[in-house]
Amino acid sequence: MSGIPHEHYTPKTGIERWLHSRLPIVGMMYTTLMIPTPKNLNWMWIWGIVLTFCLVLQIATGIVLVMHYTPTVADAFASIQHIDRNVVGGGLLHDLHANGGSLFFVAVYAHIFRGLYYGSYKAPREITWIIGILIYLAMMATAFMGYVLPWGQMSFWGATVITNLFSAIPLIGDPIVEWLWGGFAVDNPTLQRFFSLHYLLPFVIAALVAVHIWAFHTTGNSNPTGVEVRRDSIEVVKKDTVPFWPYYVVKDLYALSLILTIFAAFVWFMPDYLGHPDNYKEANPLVTPAHIVPEWYFLPFYAILRSITDDLWLMMILPFDAKLGGVLAMFGSIVVLALVPWLDTSRVRSGRYRSKWFRGWFWLLVLDFFVLTWCGAQPAEPPYSIISLVGTIYWLAYFVVILPILGLVEKPAPLPETIEADFDAHYPPKEAVAANAAATPAE
Amino acid sequence: MIKTRIIPALVAATAMTAMGGMLSGMATAAETEQHIEDVSFSYEGPFGKFDRFQLQRGFQVFHEVCSACHGLRYLSFRELGSETGPAFPEEQVKAIAALYEVADEEGEPGDTRPGKPFDNFPANTGAGAPDLSLMAKARAGFHGPYGLGINQLINGIGGAEYIYSLLTGYTGEEVEEAGAILYENTAFAGGKISMAPPLDEGLVEYAMHGGEEGQSGAKAPEASVEQMSEDVSAFLMWAAEPKMTERKQSGFRNIVWLAGLTVLLYFTNKALWAKVKRKE
Repeated sequence: MSGIPHEHYTPKTGIERWLHSRLPIVGMMYTTLMIPTPKNLNWMWIWGIVLTFCLVLQIATGIVLVMHYTPTVADAFASIQHIDRNVVGGGLLHDLHANGGSLFFVAVYAHIFRGLYYGSYKAPREITWIIGILIYLAMMATAFMGYVLPWGQMSFWGATVITNLFSAIPLIGDPIVEWLWGGFAVDNPTLQRFFSLHYLLPFVIAALVAVHIWAFHTTGNSNPTGVEVRRDSIEVVKKDTVPFWPYYVVKDLYALSLILTIFAAFVWFMPDYLGHPDNYKEANPLVTPAHIVPEWYFLPFYAILRSITDDLWLMMILPFDAKLGGVLAMFGSIVVLALVPWLDTSRVRSGRYRSKWFRGWFWLLVLDFFVLTWCGAQPAEPPYSIISLVGTIYWLAYFVVILPILGLVEKPAPLPETIEADFDAHYPPKEAVAANAAATPAE
Repeated sequence: MIKTRIIPALVAATAMTAMGGMLSGMATAAETEQHIEDVSFSYEGPFGKFDRFQLQRGFQVFHEVCSACHGLRYLSFRELGSETGPAFPEEQVKAIAALYEVADEEGEPGDTRPGKPFDNFPANTGAGAPDLSLMAKARAGFHGPYGLGINQLINGIGGAEYIYSLLTGYTGEEVEEAGAILYENTAFAGGKISMAPPLDEGLVEYAMHGGEEGQSGAKAPEASVEQMSEDVSAFLMWAAEPKMTERKQSGFRNIVWLAGLTVLLYFTNKALWAKVKRKE
């Protein structure tokens, strides 16, 4: 499966040979687990394992929650209370599932920004990257529909606002919204189809994750230098890599355990901190909450959506209204992420060896993300609306203007010859240390 | 080296998580300034527990005052006997349940019968008053600063404080609006609420602590408006999550073993990589 030369599994016993000639599943597991992995990966390469854990956690807790949940507008809210109060361990399952969604998004954003800094999306890893963006989109859809299921006030009004976005599409917008709702408003049919899709999509994500892993096991992992593993022979590969088991399995488990300790503090000591009090009120189509806000992980894109208003001079020129403008800006801000392998013209992968301008713009993008998150939770009025607009413009400009131009004009620093050379620079070989000590006598 | 290198990854994680607070910490900036008093409840913090006697007093306030208009539909009578809750004796739980009329599933539609411990408190929608089962979780007392959610991180979300501030926040002014009398209140969004001030000094005569004479006989406090408000707020927080104490206790156990596992994995990882990093 891997494109990097590596040792293969050889069945030793009779039963192993019998199985291997019929279904080489042990060999596949061996290849996957023993894959040569660059030995210089830093701590930003741990998020993959956190994300995998989150997917398993969400599916496992979700399957049990479904056993006690009732997807009808009459009983959904009460069934959540039934889970919290009467089901043994139900409150814990609920808190794990709700906060697990937040951990999932913390990890996915860290994972995406790591990819943006180290150029993990560049050839030959474009497919890995695009599959990753598809996973992210599926995660957003799943999380959005999952938040509707408790049928609280924010569930209902969040669903109303977000499904209404589709009405911005010219001509066919309104029929699409009615088709999504299964009626003329968010109601029982909407809840039931969201429930069905919320159960289906995680398995689509699991399949996409398998393809994501398959793709980067074919190209090999990216790494902080952006220099590829040498593939001349197994011996040369061993100079640049260590096998995934046990080195990265243990390292990833250590990082995961540390993150889960923090996660546990949220789940057991403040399970409602990341939620919204309004969702402890049952949905009421007649009472609109004072502020409708999505879950925190949607806030940056919610801010982008609301930043486009009719009074902008651009909107006065364009032949459509601000509602469609906002929807286009929001989807556009994710589409540019998918297109970044082709928008970034630099041949140097890692931000470590690119110009200080790249690093400056990159960290400004990270700051922009946090500012937009903050704006998304504020009322849509000055000064937040203006800050949101500036943030939106920068987000789009980073991908559409800065990355294409910067790659052509900047002068990158020299790259290390090999991963081994970079690693040796950090962890000098003993002989080299001894030789240096001999050459310069202590005096 | 490991410690210093892991910091960026963790900073990213913690910062992003803290962002979440903004959602619920979102300012009600556009509305009138609401005054929320910070009450120091016994259940606050990772090791906080409910004060059994306060919950009993709070229940008494709910039973004698609030239940006239408000329901508590998600709370079951049996929970009143919970060790980490009001811990009423079993006989008393039965007696309390019997004071409430609940729907009789076996009779004709509309029939009622006296409640039993396995029943929930009845819903009460007659006066148009909201159900109180989740009130302490459905309101945020604390916000900000600047929409950053830090106050909620430190002080909690403040639902019970909101209830306390609402009950003690009447100014005594009345206004007539569209034919209805509204009462000025410093905690209520908009400043005017349709609920008349429900509590008066000495409205409730607190029973002896422990319920029956001769049991752990600390004297009950005076039933001032503040005392009753605090007691019923604590009771409603408990009613919103009767298993809060159990949650926190298991949380402490889980964090301890996770932290221990992390330490073990730290040394395992260090030992494993030592040869690769030429540190041995």
